[in-house]
Amino acid sequence: MSSPDLNVRNVARLARLALSEEEITTFQSQLGRVLEHIEHLKKLDVSGVEPTAHTYPVFNVTREDTPGASLPREAVLANAPRAANNLIIVPKVVES
Amino acid sequence: MNLASLTISEIQEGFRAKTFSPVDLLRALELRIESAEPTIQAFLSRDFHEALKRAGQADVSLPLGGIPIGIKDVITVKGQPCTAASKILRGYTAPYDATVITRLKAAGAIPFGRLNMDEFAMGSSTENSAYQVTRNPWDTSRIPGGSSGGSAAAVAAREVPAALGSDTGGSIRQPAALCGCVGLKPSYGRVSRYGLIAFASSLDQIGPIARTTRDCALLLNAIAGRDPMDSTSLDRPAEDFTAGLGRDLKGVRLGIPKEYFVDGMDAGVRAAVESAIKHCADAGAELVDISLPHTEFAVSVYYIIATAEASANLARFDGVRYGNRADAPKDLMDLYLRTREEGFGSEVKRRIILGTYVLSSGYYDAYYLRAQKVRTLIRRDFEAAFEKVDAIVCPTSPDVAFPIGERTNDPLKMYLADIFTIAANLAGICGISVPCGFVEEGGKNLPVGLQFLGRSLDETRLLGIADAYERASGWSRQTAPA
Repeated sequence: MSSPDLNVRNVARLARLALSEEEITTFQSQLGRVLEHIEHLKKLDVSGVEPTAHTYPVFNVTREDTPGASLPREAVLANAPRAANNLIIVPKVVES
Repeated sequence: MNLASLTISEIQEGFRAKTFSPVDLLRALELRIESAEPTIQAFLSRDFHEALKRAGQADVSLPLGGIPIGIKDVITVKGQPCTAASKILRGYTAPYDATVITRLKAAGAIPFGRLNMDEFAMGSSTENSAYQVTRNPWDTSRIPGGSSGGSAAAVAAREVPAALGSDTGGSIRQPAALCGCVGLKPSYGRVSRYGLIAFASSLDQIGPIARTTRDCALLLNAIAGRDPMDSTSLDRPAEDFTAGLGRDLKGVRLGIPKEYFVDGMDAGVRAAVESAIKHCADAGAELVDISLPHTEFAVSVYYIIATAEASANLARFDGVRYGNRADAPKDLMDLYLRTREEGFGSEVKRRIILGTYVLSSGYYDAYYLRAQKVRTLIRRDFEAAFEKVDAIVCPTSPDVAFPIGERTNDPLKMYLADIFTIAANLAGICGISVPCGFVEEGGKNLPVGLQFLGRSLDETRLLGIADAYERASGWSRQTAPA
């Protein structure tokens, strides 16, 4: 396992999360300690061990492809931060 | 008769005998809430008039007819707020019922109130709520546990007879233990999570917190079962989870894991748990020494898997379709960055950072994949143990409730205290915490929880064992002073 070389500023950017300078310093130190603790996992030999993603083996669960009721448009738009003309309004994302 | 302190079973007797009605009960609870809430602060909101309307129309011949059930603020109830105790969802109104709510309503129950929690269920003390600090009814200077702290405190404070919580690493069992209630985490796949705001999808389960094991079984009867809206819910034959109740412990094989009785546990907790185990033996249980050799790795595995899954699940809170949005974003990236900065609290941010890091390019194999492999070893530990025993008995938490504010600056210490509960989520098995005595501190009695762990999908047997202990010991249904 790699030694803990967490760079909170970079990871926060990946997570689309702005942080204050104070938070960056605090998280760097607190998560550094958590990662040091986690290091003991490398003591274990896990060669040949299958990973567990879910504890109960069910795979490719599908249901009948039958049309059903969806949420009414008004119910969805009622929770939107900004809406107009039956649309959710977001900042412009395409270059003009 | 104090209606507010009755169990579900006692309420049902009262309804049947027409001693009191669902409306009488709800009014009694509302009076109790008005006197207790200024101190306890378990509810984020409640709609008494809506509940009263339902109580007036309740059909008491249904399995949970007319029974008010408190709901953790992470489970959607149509038309009610649902915030996961986060600022990012302030003002959100749920447009649909979670499947557990649909089922509770079909069983005649009345979903009543939104109960406080750690933000997005991340925490063990309910101090991570963006809205308020919930207090432990046994000592109001202390935390109620978490993350379902509002659910446990409301039951302990006699504000509701029972509540729903969610358990990703102990969030039902630990607050139940610290508040002197009974809390059940069902096996992975037993209960649909449709309408539960997701934290860690391979670990989350919804379950009940109540005054007795019997009441937990009644609630599980109502909420369990396959749901086409949650593809991880399992298709199992219908089962009556009360079928194992009313028996004794004669011949029951209980495993004592040596790794769960190590240094660092509160001496009073250890004494109460050891005395409870002796009680089980005196009542006829056969005690078997077992080993769960990978226990020491469980916390590390959990905090890799849970944060990784959380970082993915919480990506949806981006200020676009619902929830709050930062003011006057200059472009889409600015909208994301500031919406999430303003909307999430410290613990949620900390876990998103950790989860994003362990999934990031170059680190995935070293952290996430390795954790999933160790998870397999932990699961095998339990499979081996359950070849020898019917259930495992151990403490729920290494400590009693701690003072508010004591651990907020030490996340690692907070994480390590989850040691006894998280393995059950990693292994997908079921677990229950029942009261087993008190530790006295500063003149206050602080409840201790005894945990029973059972095989995956073996809830009927697990509930039977917990019920037998509970009736033999008499520690349940003690009345909190607040």
